[in-house]
Order: sequence, then C-alpha cells, then structure tokens
Amino acid sequence: MSEDKKKKIIKTIKIDVDKCNGCRACEVICSSFHASPKYSSNNPARSRIRVIRDPYRDLYVPVYAGEYTVAECAGRDKYTIDGKEYDECLFCRASCPSRDAFKEPDSGLPLKCDMCEGEDEPLCVKWCMVDALTVEEREEDVDEEEVSPEELEIGLESLADKYGIEKLRDIVARMSEKD
Amino acid sequence: MRYAETGFNLEIDLTRGSIDRVATDPKDTELYLGGLGTNAKILWDRVPPEVEAFSPDNLLIFGAGLLCGTPATGCNRTIATTISPQTKLMAFSMMGGFWAPELKYAGYDKVIFRGQSPDLVYLWINNDKVEIRDASHLKGKGAIETAELIKKELNEPKAQVAAIGMAGENRVYYASVEQGRSSASRGGIGAVMGDKGLKAIAVRGTKDINVAQPAEYMELCTEVLEYIKFREENPIPGVIPILSVLGSPQEMAIHDEKWHTENFSWGNSRTRRKDFWTEDVATEWLETMNKARTRLISCYNCPLKCGATITVPGLPTYMMKCFTKLTWTMAAFSNLDFGLTIAQRATEYGVDGYSAPQVMAFALELYENGILTDDDFPGMPSDNDGKFYWLLDRIVRREGIGDVLANGTHWAAKEIGNGAEKYAHNNIKKHEQLPLKLGMLNPIYFLMYCTGEKINITQIEGQFPQMPFPKREHREKFVKDWFQVPDEKFKQYFLDWEFRGENSMPYYPTVEMTCEIVDWQERMHYIDDALGMCAGVSSFHLKPPYHIHNFPKFISAGAGIAMDEAKLSQAAKRYRTLVRAINIRRGLRRKDEKPPEDHWKKRVPELEKELLDTYYKFKGWNNEGIPTKESLHELGLDYVAEDFMQRGILTDSEDATSKEVLAEKEQN
Ligand code: SF4
Ligand code: SF4
Ligand code: SF4
Repeated sequence: MSEDKKKKIIKTIKIDVDKCNGCRACEVICSSFHASPKYSSNNPARSRIRVIRDPYRDLYVPVYAGEYTVAECAGRDKYTIDGKEYDECLFCRASCPSRDAFKEPDSGLPLKCDMCEGEDEPLCVKWCMVDALTVEEREEDVDEEEVSPEELEIGLESLADKYGIEKLRDIVARMSEKD
Repeated sequence: MRYAETGFNLEIDLTRGSIDRVATDPKDTELYLGGLGTNAKILWDRVPPEVEAFSPDNLLIFGAGLLCGTPATGCNRTIATTISPQTKLMAFSMMGGFWAPELKYAGYDKVIFRGQSPDLVYLWINNDKVEIRDASHLKGKGAIETAELIKKELNEPKAQVAAIGMAGENRVYYASVEQGRSSASRGGIGAVMGDKGLKAIAVRGTKDINVAQPAEYMELCTEVLEYIKFREENPIPGVIPILSVLGSPQEMAIHDEKWHTENFSWGNSRTRRKDFWTEDVATEWLETMNKARTRLISCYNCPLKCGATITVPGLPTYMMKCFTKLTWTMAAFSNLDFGLTIAQRATEYGVDGYSAPQVMAFALELYENGILTDDDFPGMPSDNDGKFYWLLDRIVRREGIGDVLANGTHWAAKEIGNGAEKYAHNNIKKHEQLPLKLGMLNPIYFLMYCTGEKINITQIEGQFPQMPFPKREHREKFVKDWFQVPDEKFKQYFLDWEFRGENSMPYYPTVEMTCEIVDWQERMHYIDDALGMCAGVSSFHLKPPYHIHNFPKFISAGAGIAMDEAKLSQAAKRYRTLVRAINIRRGLRRKDEKPPEDHWKKRVPELEKELLDTYYKFKGWNNEGIPTKESLHELGLDYVAEDFMQRGILTDSEDATSKEVLAEKEQN
C-alpha cells in the first residue's frame, strides 16, 4: 500500500531567545506581508509573531500565534525561569478571549501564523538577520490510515465503557445511513 | 490617502491643557519632506527670534521621520526640535529606539508642545485617546524609572516612553530626553521639556501606515537588507574598526579602543595619551565589558544591535549606546568600570554624555588652577571618581557650584570670570565638542566644524574617508564598488589624495573639491533627518545601504511623492537653508563659525578664509553666511527673504551684508 503514503514537509521554526536583540523586524515583515494588497501597509499590532521584550529584565521572547479558542482556559500558567518571573499565559500561542494578543486590533478577529503561505521561507525568519529565528524542514511519510486498528479498538472500547455498547451501535448505524 | 505619513499632528498647549489633532498640508511634505524638514518650517513660522528657550512661546516638537513606521530597515528616528538654552539657536537632536514608529501607528507624525504646565504632567497618547496626566508623583524620579512606572500605572507594557530625569526638571542646559534604548541628548532639549513642566510622553499605537507602491517599496527594502548582509560579511579594510562595519557605531561590540583612547583627549579635552592602549588595559576593559554587558540590542526594525543592556552589580540595568562608553572614563582619567557605572546614574538623571563629563573636567581644571577654590566644593571627596559623582549630583540639582556648571562651560566660564573663559576651550557655538586635538588642519573637517548647525561633528561627517589611504592600490580597490558617490568625480578626488607631497592636506583636496565633499556629506545627514533614517545605516558611514541613488525611490514608492535625485537634493537644500535662516534670525554670523582655537596645532588662516568664502558662495550665502535673496528665491523661500529684508538682515542690493554688520564695521 505504498502508493497511499504521502510526503509531507514539516516546517519547524526554531527560536533562539539568546540571539534575539528585540528589533521586532519579524513583526514588521509579518504584518506587511499579510496586508492586502500584500505589503501595502505596516502595523506590528497585526503581526502573527509578537516579541515579548523587557530589556531591563533581559526578556526577549518571540511568540507565534497559534489556534483560536472560543473559551479561555480554566486555569492559568505562570513561569519562573532562571529566577525571572514571566507574565501569566506569556508563552501561550492561543488567540483567546482573555487577552488582546493575536487579534486584529480593529475587528478583534483572531490571527494565526500560516508560515507565510506561498513564500519559500517564512518571512520573519528571512528578516531576522541575527538568526534568532531559523527554520528547519523535514519530510515525513504520512500514512493514509493514520490510526492503527488496535488504537481504534482502544478508543471504541473506552466509548463503550462510557456510554454503553447499545448507544454506540445506534450512533454508528445512524452515521452509516448518512453516508 | 496619505502614504508613509499619517497627515496629522498633535498640538498640545500645556498652559491651557488643550489637545488638538490637526491635519497637515501635503504640500509641506513635498517641499520639506518630514521630520527635521517640517519641524524647521514650523519653528520658522511660529517661533520668532525674540522668543527665548525657556519661554512658554517656545515650541518643543517631537517629529517622526517621513518613512518611520514603514518596513525600511533602520528608519526609526524621532527628531526633537526646539530653541536651545545653551546655544540660543535651533536645537535638533535625533533619537532612535522605538518611539517614532509607535507615534506613527498611533496616527500622528508629530507632537508639538507650547505653553507651560503649572504642575508636572505627562502626555499619554493611546491611538485616538490623548490625555495630559498628573506627574507630581514622578518628580525627581530617574528617566528610566519614570518610563517603567508610567507603563505600569497605565498597564501598557507595550507603550513607548520618552522621559526626562532630574536634570531636565531642573533645566540643566545639557539635559537629555531618554527613551530606554536611545536618547535625544544634544542642545538641551530635556531642559526645555522640564521648563514646560512635561515629565514624559508615553505612546501606544495600533493603526496602519500605508505605502504608495507596495511591491516596489518591498523590493527596495529587501535590497537594503541584502546589502547590509554583504557589508557585514565584507568589512571595509584599512579604516578604524567602528568605521569598517555599519552601526551607530558599534561601540558596545568592539573592544579595540586604541584609536579613541590614544587619539581623543582626556580630562578637559587636553591630554593625549599616546601609549595608553596596552595589552593589560585591553584585557582589563574586555573583562569589565563582558561582566557588565548582558546583551547587544537594536532599535526598531534594525539588525545592527549597536546598543547594549548594561548591568553593573548592585545597580539597576540600563541601556547604553555609542560613545558614552568612553566620555566619562576619559574625562575623569579613569577606567571603563567607572565609565559604565557613572553612566547608569547619568542616564537616570538624563544628561548629555558628551557635554556633562566635559563640564566636570572643566570645573576640576579650574579648581586645580585656583580659579575655583575649596569654598566652591564643600564636602567633595578627594578621589577622582568620587569627585565626578559629587559634581554630577550637584549639577542635576543645581546646588552650589552645580547651578553655575549646569549652564555648560561657555556660560559657566562667563559667570565665574577670573580667566575661566580660557578653560572653556572646546566649544563651537557655545556647545561642548568631541575632545579631539589634532596636528595639521584638515580642510574638510574645518568646513564641517565651522558650518555645522547640528553642532556635532558625527552628525555631518561620513561618506568620504576621514584620511587618505597610504597606497594607491588600496585606494583603487576602495573606489571599485563605491557606487554611493553622487558623481564619479569623487572617486578621482579620493584616488589622488596622498599623505605627503602636492596632493596632501591642507591644500588637497582643493578648496572647490572640499566644498563639494562637505556639501555631499551634509546633504546625506539632512536627508536622513527628514526621513527618520538612522545615520548608522546611512550618512555616518562609508558605503552605506542608503544613499542618494536609492533614497528618491524610497520616497516615491513609500510616500507617493514623485522624486528624483535633483528634486531630493533641492528639498534637502531648502530645509537646510531654513535651519540656517532660523539661526541667522537669531544672530548667527560668520564670527560664530569657527572650530575651537586649539583643535589643530597647525592652522592656515589664509586658506581657512578662502575655504569659508568659497563654501558660503557655493551654498548661496553671502560673506556673513546669510542666504542671499537670490538663493532663497531659487528654493522657494521668498518668505524668508522678505523677513530678512524687514529685519534689515538683508538689504536691497544683493551682495550687501546686513545693516548690523555694516554698522559693526563702521564702529571698528
Ligand atoms: S527579528 Fe529576530 S532579533 Fe529581531 S525581534 Fe524578531 S526574533 Fe528578535
Ligand atoms: S511565518 Fe510568516 S505568518 Fe508566521 S509569524 Fe512568521 S512572518 Fe508571520
Ligand atoms: S544602526 Fe544601531 S542605532 Fe541605528 S537603528 Fe540600527 S541598532 Fe539603532
């Protein structure tokens, strides 16, 4: 079944906070690239990368915008690294109702890094000339059948445990009719 | 739609507490670009020469450069403009960092202050919401401390804050405006801010800045970035370290200080220490730097990271840039550790790192020579470092002798009398200069020192090498990829420049060549100051990424103003002349245009006269340095000519000098 295997390029942006100089060029180019028409305007508040910058405490953390969440988390996280306390939720990538980060400043619509779709290289990486941001690509084989039969069985079993086998059978039957 | 600029200024009247958002005239942008250019226009129109620095009628203008907020690398300058209490002329000082782009994103090109607030206040600009807020709780606080407190009380960690320290509050003539990574230090702008009762300006903006031709503009930006990379990989050989690589300059990264410590003077700009830079010193200073320096840091949208965060054990962290690294150390005959330590306090107080140490060295020289006595220094410690701390504390509070010294060496010497004036020997136009004392007159530098109205040599030099290269083959190599020249002839000027013989200084470059070289160098700085470009990626450097050939394209594609080299040069000449006009109206004349007497050991009076005569003509100025009616007309500055005529500064016959000068001559 080798023809069912697909090649997928996985891009990982590596962030070396020790190399960051806080220039925010990454924010500049991201917001400019995503303007429409492309490059027609600039506004770091629209960027999908945010540099958390506090020079007096030597904090330089570029954070990428991730998924949008409808509800905020029930709890919060707060890190202390090397004796330095970081703000609540600082490392979180979500565009979430609890804060302004990763939202369009005017409409409030969520922002998400799309790896600069259509470009050879993420532009924030290209504009970060001090190599605080670099990109690594790897190819991965992706199976069509991503879930193995055993895994499926475990999953179903847990559902049956929870809801009873009868209910499960009804639902599967209804789903098959729809198809 | 307006491109690159927002088209709005904020007008703040601190006496009445009023705030107005005022649309600007696009015609002015076309004529004066932005930043310094339009600042100068406002100052000319609204601040007549009778208005003194510390008058409610004086304006204090913070102008973002025309291209600030666009993606152009290194374009982040705020141009702060007012009347200087020290020189009594127009002061304009550039600060980098993050403030100017933030102001643009908030929707404004400039903030213009007039009046005087009865109580200490600060301004908070949050997009459309602008308010004057009480700052009485910030009185006496350090400039950095203030910025941090304001961000906290506004709960706006992303706000950018420009603030004054105690020096500004107490109107020290060389008080700076500090903005974390950068400062506007020269000309006493912080003193005017203090006089207005304004402690800080905080700004946060989240709006768009548009460019006219997006694809073209981005292509230009990308070219610049690529050239920066090329320059990083190919330092210019044969020049001192800080000139071989881009940056403003790279004082925080480069450790080799042989050139500065041995060629610049120590103390009150007196002593050359020709064998100072030994291996021991180099090792000790390297250790000091490595211990104190946490990180190299950049301004907004620039990869060159020429500033640094400095943490001296036991003291709060601060950010340092540029030559402040050595000014304290050398004025006090001390070491780098002292320099980095006192600079922390000086930054919080907010004083100019050039003038302040020189003023203190000057005071100590007067003391050593008995002009000032023990009575003037009650309780001053006996060690040199201690003396500097003591003096700094007195000056920023204007206590005792500190009150006299707070006015700078020129005014302090006048007040002290008793021969003190001889010791205020390193000034131009009443302002302290770099502590340079050299041998043979350099005609290029002579003209730059005389006629520079930014009153700081680093703000006019660049582009053309400071010295000839010893070997012709090196020179040939240098000119090969020197595409930044406005004209091919400059390459020949440099190729033929020798250390000895007929083509050496002071008679080569010839007077004509010298005029052209100086004019080119100055023009590039004035263009930077209107666009908001950092000189560290532009006018200060040999072979910079920005030059006369790509700037017009940046303006066309960015601001949507059709521009070419000739039109840009003409615009730069227009507002450069306007700066001169403002100063002429305030009394600036030929007699003020001279370098410190002892700047060079070997002076050549006839040549110097010829240089100045010729350059004045070249610039369209008469023999007193006053722009002529004809040249004003050519620049579209007839309104200046009219004002000059009314005031008797110019008369009907074209080449006549001013009435007052004639009167002066008659008296003699
Ligand atoms: S471009 Fe690089 S160095 Fe600059 S802020 Fe972004 S991550 Fe840091
Ligand atoms: S990869 Fe592209 S979309 Fe994502 S943050 Fe960087 S510039 Fe923005
Ligand atoms: S060259 Fe240095 S001073 Fe200039 S913008 Fe870049 S980091 Fe700032």
